[in-house]
Amino acid sequence: MKQPRKLAKWFVLLLLLHGIIAAAGFFAPYDPVEQDRERPYLPPMSIHLMDAHGHFHFRPFFYPLKLREGSFDQYEENTTSAIPLLLFSNASSYHLLGFLPARLHLFGANGARIYLLGSDAYGRDQLSRILYGGQVSLLAGLLGAGVTLLLGALIGMAAGYYGGWRDELLMRIAELFLALPWLYLLFALRAFLPLAVSPFDSFLLVVVVIGMVGWARPARLVRGVVLSVKERDFVRAARGFGASDLYLLRRHILPETAGVILTQATILVPQFVLAEMTLSFLGLGVPEPLSSWGNLLASLQQYNVLVSYWWMYLPALAIVPFFLGYLRLASALQQSTVAYKIDEKDLWNPS
Amino acid sequence: MRYLLRRTLHAVFLLLGVSLLTFLFSSLTPGNYFDEMRLNPQISPDTVAALRAQYQLDRPLPIRYLHWLNAVAHGELGFSFAYNTPVAPLLWVRARNTLLLTGTATILAWLMALPLGVWSAARLGRAPDRVLSWATATLLVVPDLVLALGLLILAVRTGWFPTGGLVSVGFEELSPFHKLRDLISHMTLPVLALVLATLPMLVRHIRASVAEVLDAPFLRAARSHGIPDRKLLYHYALRAAANPLISLFGFSVGTLLSGSLLVEVIMSWPGLGPLLLEAILARDLFVVIGGVLLSMLFLVAGNLFADVLLYWADPRIRTAASAK
Repeated sequence: MKQPRKLAKWFVLLLLLHGIIAAAGFFAPYDPVEQDRERPYLPPMSIHLMDAHGHFHFRPFFYPLKLREGSFDQYEENTTSAIPLLLFSNASSYHLLGFLPARLHLFGANGARIYLLGSDAYGRDQLSRILYGGQVSLLAGLLGAGVTLLLGALIGMAAGYYGGWRDELLMRIAELFLALPWLYLLFALRAFLPLAVSPFDSFLLVVVVIGMVGWARPARLVRGVVLSVKERDFVRAARGFGASDLYLLRRHILPETAGVILTQATILVPQFVLAEMTLSFLGLGVPEPLSSWGNLLASLQQYNVLVSYWWMYLPALAIVPFFLGYLRLASALQQSTVAYKIDEKDLWNPS
Repeated sequence: MRYLLRRTLHAVFLLLGVSLLTFLFSSLTPGNYFDEMRLNPQISPDTVAALRAQYQLDRPLPIRYLHWLNAVAHGELGFSFAYNTPVAPLLWVRARNTLLLTGTATILAWLMALPLGVWSAARLGRAPDRVLSWATATLLVVPDLVLALGLLILAVRTGWFPTGGLVSVGFEELSPFHKLRDLISHMTLPVLALVLATLPMLVRHIRASVAEVLDAPFLRAARSHGIPDRKLLYHYALRAAANPLISLFGFSVGTLLSGSLLVEVIMSWPGLGPLLLEAILARDLFVVIGGVLLSMLFLVAGNLFADVLLYWADPRIRTAASAK
């Protein structure tokens, strides 16, 4: 009784988080590639209601930053000019969800750029880059999980349904893929694919690479379900009526594996988002000027950034709520579909 | 004995399979180290062709594989194009550092996880257990990349730990004691990142399997006989719960190896990670294959160790093996 509600709670949280990322154009005040070379590495600004003289204002405002006197990299607030924060302002145009032209932003300002999470080396707004970068990272994770589950379901169904040497061969290969440490596998796959390609191609490349890494576990789980389902009476009956293999697999067996596949999806998506982050962080994934959660962190490999500009670390934290949501959703799913929870050891010796 | 033999054979086949797989992948490569040379007008096509022939890249794949396998049997792992040396010594120096890191992290993580997990299982549902569960759940949602970078920033800003490298400048002049201290202070940060990344998973598994055993009638009987709690927990319960935990050990080695790859790059620890990354960017084929294979070797060794432990700890496996 409590489980479905828990499930719904985490599902709604994830839906909200994905919604924010999907509508990045609205929540982000600026275009993610818009540069302002005059303002590199600005620290995060804060929004005020009280001004420097202690007066309260109903309209939130912020102070633009200026260089502290006698310093070349320390900033302080310029309290002589307060700039009001505009809510639901019209500013730069973008395409909502990639196709709806729009100009409305959640907030913005006239007169000076507002950097809520600071700016990067080229004066680009970190907040906007994180929001847009989420689109790349999440999409890579979701598509990668889709590829993996498709591969895994196909291979698992083939192995479980046909059995015999095909089963033996496929499961041995699956064992190989399971045995390799995943990051090494990712590296090995990436190593043998082209390095210098256009941003879009490299995005596809990343999806393919992470999609090919994880098929073994879902394949084994699907195989286990198929092994037990194919001996059930309704399947035998259908076969007795002359149903073809393809029809049986599609109509009777595939629906039974839905629980396993759904649970695996909630486990795989955050892992694959992290895989994309790792690859892009190491410079093997999605390149600039496209932003992704991984390549936003790449600048942290420079020592001076690490020492002086702590806000460059903020993109790393973006993935944490997603991890939380997916992990809780996965465990809630696992508890509600106990019937599908099959011990891995039983899968190996189905007697 | 037959059980162990079978496990070893299994491990060898696994290694062969992985090497074949990586070789197959490598043959799909659209480009190699010599492609850039070919673009260089100062190097004649003949030279490139000669180099390719020297490294036998012009031969068909099966021959290359057999040739490489033969080299492996002689303790070599092919030739690095970029470093112009055999791969084996190159990898070995780095692998030692990786082993130092993962070995220490594995031992530390298990030494901490075992008492924590058992302690938590013995207090299932009470306040200390809840606090610990909350802490591990929190750590679980922080991925290793985020954790390692966060620790690095903390270290840089506080200056508590050296950030990067294996030893300080002037390491050679130090006394043995100071050498050790220097090494430890350099290891602290990467090891901490690895331990924190694996600890929550370990603690949760240990807690679950010990809690499951604690319900068993034989433990209730033992308790009613007046056996002290500590002995009950560590001597009887832990032993009965050992089977899944030992399998977990093999798995944890794999995760730590992957984690180590990333942590090494982030904290500039001179292990396999940075070498592999460079090799990928330079298309240094045999270094990549060798690195992947070496990590596989560590993993297989860890799993074999787990199998031996299992054989020693679980009488059911011993009897099953001897009955065959």
